Amino acid sequence: MDIQLTEEQELLRSSIQRFLREQYDFDERRKIVATDEGWSRRHWKSFAELGLCAAPFEESSGGLGGGSLATMIVMQEFGRNLVVEPYFETVVLAGGLIEDVGSPEQRQEFLPKIMEGDAIWALAWAEGRSRYDFHNVTTTARRHGDKFVLSGTKAAVVGAPWADKLIVSARTSGQQRDRDGVSLFVVDRHAANLHLQSFKTIDGRRAAELTLMKVEVPASQMLGSEGEGVAALEAARDRAIAALCAEAVGAMTELNSATLEYSKTRKQFGVALGTFQVLQHRMVDMFIALEESISLTQHLNLTLASKEPNGSKLASGAKTKVGYAARFVAEQAVQLHGGMGMSDELNIGHYFKRISSINVQFGDPAYHLMRYAQQS
Amino acid sequence: MELELSSEDVAFRDEVRAFIAENYPPEMRVPNPETDLTKEQSLLWHRILHKKGWIAPLWPKEYGGPGWSVTQRFIFEQETSRAGTLPPLAFSVTMVGPVIYTFGNDAQKKKFLPRILSGDDWWCQGYSEPGSGSDLASVRTKAVRDGDHYIVNGHKTWTTLAQHADWIFCLVRTDPSAKPQAGISFLLIDMKSPGVTVRPIITIDGSHEVNDVFLEDVRVPAENLIGEENKGWTYAKFLLGNERTSMAGIGRSTRYLGRLKQIVRTEVGEDDPAFGEFIREIARVELDVLALEATELRIVAQMSRGIDPGPAASLFKIRGTEIFQRITDLTHQAIGNYGLAIREHPVSANRFMPGPDYGHTATEKYLNSRKLSIYGGSNEIQRNIIAKAVLGL
Repeated sequence: MDIQLTEEQELLRSSIQRFLREQYDFDERRKIVATDEGWSRRHWKSFAELGLCAAPFEESSGGLGGGSLATMIVMQEFGRNLVVEPYFETVVLAGGLIEDVGSPEQRQEFLPKIMEGDAIWALAWAEGRSRYDFHNVTTTARRHGDKFVLSGTKAAVVGAPWADKLIVSARTSGQQRDRDGVSLFVVDRHAANLHLQSFKTIDGRRAAELTLMKVEVPASQMLGSEGEGVAALEAARDRAIAALCAEAVGAMTELNSATLEYSKTRKQFGVALGTFQVLQHRMVDMFIALEESISLTQHLNLTLASKEPNGSKLASGAKTKVGYAARFVAEQAVQLHGGMGMSDELNIGHYFKRISSINVQFGDPAYHLMRYAQQS
Repeated sequence: MELELSSEDVAFRDEVRAFIAENYPPEMRVPNPETDLTKEQSLLWHRILHKKGWIAPLWPKEYGGPGWSVTQRFIFEQETSRAGTLPPLAFSVTMVGPVIYTFGNDAQKKKFLPRILSGDDWWCQGYSEPGSGSDLASVRTKAVRDGDHYIVNGHKTWTTLAQHADWIFCLVRTDPSAKPQAGISFLLIDMKSPGVTVRPIITIDGSHEVNDVFLEDVRVPAENLIGEENKGWTYAKFLLGNERTSMAGIGRSTRYLGRLKQIVRTEVGEDDPAFGEFIREIARVELDVLALEATELRIVAQMSRGIDPGPAASLFKIRGTEIFQRITDLTHQAIGNYGLAIREHPVSANRFMPGPDYGHTATEKYLNSRKLSIYGGSNEIQRNIIAKAVLGL
């Protein structure tokens, strides 16, 4: 049950750790976020050179065959270092969808570029009123000969301003809330009649509201079977949750160690904060929250890797439990840092914001608690 | 959720499962095994396990243990607890036994260990005193050397099942002038000795589990001292470490959670204003169980690779007891109006108890399980332990 990493996995982890330690400290990250673009192509190329972009894909797709455990390792380290580059969006979400439901031609066309670090992707599934439901889609895709014409708006698409390609969900048939009839399309980010309104996110990224006004997409760019996009997105969500939980675990690890360190050095009333029992017990609860999150995250990733049934219910369970745990740890880390926890200069608040962002992506803890309960 | 098992371990698990199914005494399947069985009834399973050689999984083979691996011990624990079997008396098998074979002399091992294994001796624990709860080092019960004997005077309390006990292992003060931890010794006392009096303490659930034990000029042979005089604190801490290893209680919580769900399905309609709250709270506690189970499996896997689990026992004690308390709390709420009724003791009198059978023990379990976060080192003490041992505070 406990993941004893293979030599290969250990190597992957230590190479990421070394790179991030040397090249991606908090100052560097701050500079990257402050640039016009908001992310670093140079670092992205380095990630690709380290093999991170190819790590999870199957060997038959040209990847390194690391699967969900490789993703877990990468995301955990990215979480510890607050990496803003769109690994989650490009490799986990889009890459995962292409590998899962793409045709052989599509896999051949898109995956090598992702693995080599030459293409950035984003996934546009949400709409202004959809909340977390994949089937609540008003954007339409109407067939005209060998093309589809897409019209509608998509909401809060993380990484869209950086992307070369987008995967867009649109309705090819049925009513707004029908489970059937949603299809996925690969859309060029610079396609005619596609408009982006970009905005900065709380966690140092860029996102966009998308408006599609009769965007023409060749029929060959439909991803997966027509009308079956919801199932594809649900499977993608399970993988996404496994990755986000690992990232949250990384962030919690750093928050706990920073808070502990601070409590040992910061003095009030003539003594270190860590001598107060009420704060000791709080930090023990933060420690327990992290341990339980590590356990559930490993359990989920192992379950997905072995393709056991029940993975989707477990994903909802992990999103709930890890989400609440991460929120508790993040809020308490700010609280125990006192005024310093409110300062933009310190990394604490930035972990807090990343965790807050993770908690509202692909369903918040309350959403997944009920989804978990309904599957019991 | 399962450990990844080798084929030998799978065979072992199947063997344990089949053995329980074929041999667990039906007369032990009562509404509340912890309070409803006589001493002889509660020893039935103990004697069956002893005959099979499975009574003391923790013990080394030379003293009568089965010689199991970490994984096998875990499987046995998991299977017996999932099946709802009454665990053998912990004070005998898990607590004093390991102290005797680790720190006792040959004569003590020869005298006591076989009778612990067979169930012929029933042990109770003389740790707590009216003035010593979580602060165990403050024990005041005195043992004064008088030739070949100690003369013991004091008052032990919260002594679980002392009413059945043949022996009590006691922390006693042998050097009143030393620092609190340094003047304590570990002494074995025959409950039939003149001067030993047991008085029941009835707890809020109406049951008689715990007692006061008064010791008045009790003459204890000096040969009943474990290890060295004034080194008792070391042995006591060793024992407490054993006490906390299996407190995650996943099997028990899983069974009670299953029962809670059934009760809610029967008792709480979808039109009940509390329905949504029950659904959410059950899902929450189910996830708590899942996370703790995953943590337990992670630690077992580490231990089987020779990694020291550290203070994991404290984490299991804290979360395991919080979870079980929550389940009993929700179960009590789920039975609604009948939550005001409780079975009268002795239960063998079969007095009238209203409401459906599945609710008959809900109130007493809710009340009784308040003890879990208090005993065995309160959960606050466990947090102190983690703060010190893991966080370095």
